[in-house]
Amino acid sequence: MSAFLTHEPIDLAALIRRVSGADRGGIATFLGLVRNHQDGRAVLRLEYSSYEAMAEAESARIVAEATGRWPVAIALEHRLGALEIGDAAVAVVAASAHRAAAFEACRYVIEEVKRRVPVWKKEFYADGSVEWVDPTRMAAPIVTAPGQ
Amino acid sequence: MTVGPSTSARTLTLKVLLFATYAEQAGRESVVLTLPDPATVADVLHHLRSSVPGLDRLPIQPLAAVNQAHARLTAPVRDGDEVAFLPPLAGG
Repeated sequence: MSAFLTHEPIDLAALIRRVSGADRGGIATFLGLVRNHQDGRAVLRLEYSSYEAMAEAESARIVAEATGRWPVAIALEHRLGALEIGDAAVAVVAASAHRAAAFEACRYVIEEVKRRVPVWKKEFYADGSVEWVDPTRMAAPIVTAPGQ
Repeated sequence: MTVGPSTSARTLTLKVLLFATYAEQAGRESVVLTLPDPATVADVLHHLRSSVPGLDRLPIQPLAAVNQAHARLTAPVRDGDEVAFLPPLAGG
C-alpha cells in the first residue's frame, strides 16, 4: 500500500478533508511546486524518482514524530514521475485545534521530508541538457540582511 | 553463540540498491554481494567502489540506508540485509 507517494496529481482539497475535524480549528498547508529555474537555468520539466519502500517508511516516521510532538493530524503526499512547471510535487497539511501547532508541525514535516526522504529529481533544461539535482552542490542563496 | 572452525569462513549475502546518479554510473539498480562476516556499511561501500565498474566514483561518505532506514557507515550489516546508497536527496 502506498500512503505517502503518488504518481497522480496532488489533490490538496482531498488532503485537507482527510485531516479536518470539528475540533480542529486551524489548518496549515505547504505546497511545493515545480519551479521554472534552477541556478539561473531555465527548466522545462522534471522527473521525480524514489526509493519507494524507504520513502514510505521514512515519511511514516516523520509524521509519527510530528504527531507525537504536537497535537496535530498530518496529511503528507509526494508526487513521483514526470511533472511540469507549476505542478505540486509535495503537500503537507497539518490540522490542530489552534494555529500555532499547525504551523510548527507543518514546517517540521516539510523540512524533515527534504532532509530525510529518499527522492531524486532529474531536471530537463531549455538548453537540452539533463541533470540530477544535487542540493548539496548549489550556490548558497544570496541573503540580504534587513536595512542593507 | 557457535564458535568453531566454520566461524571464520562465514559470509553474508546482501542486496545493494542504487538510485539516480549512482544507478546510472553503475548501469544497474541493484547488486548482490557476498562479504566476510562481520561487515559494516563501509565494507559494502569499499567492495562496491573496488569491484563494480562505474562505482569507483561513489563519494567517500555517501548517504546510506540499511533495511529502509538511514544508517551510518559504521553500522553493521547482517545476512539478508537490504543496503542502499543514496545520492544527495532532492525531494520536495
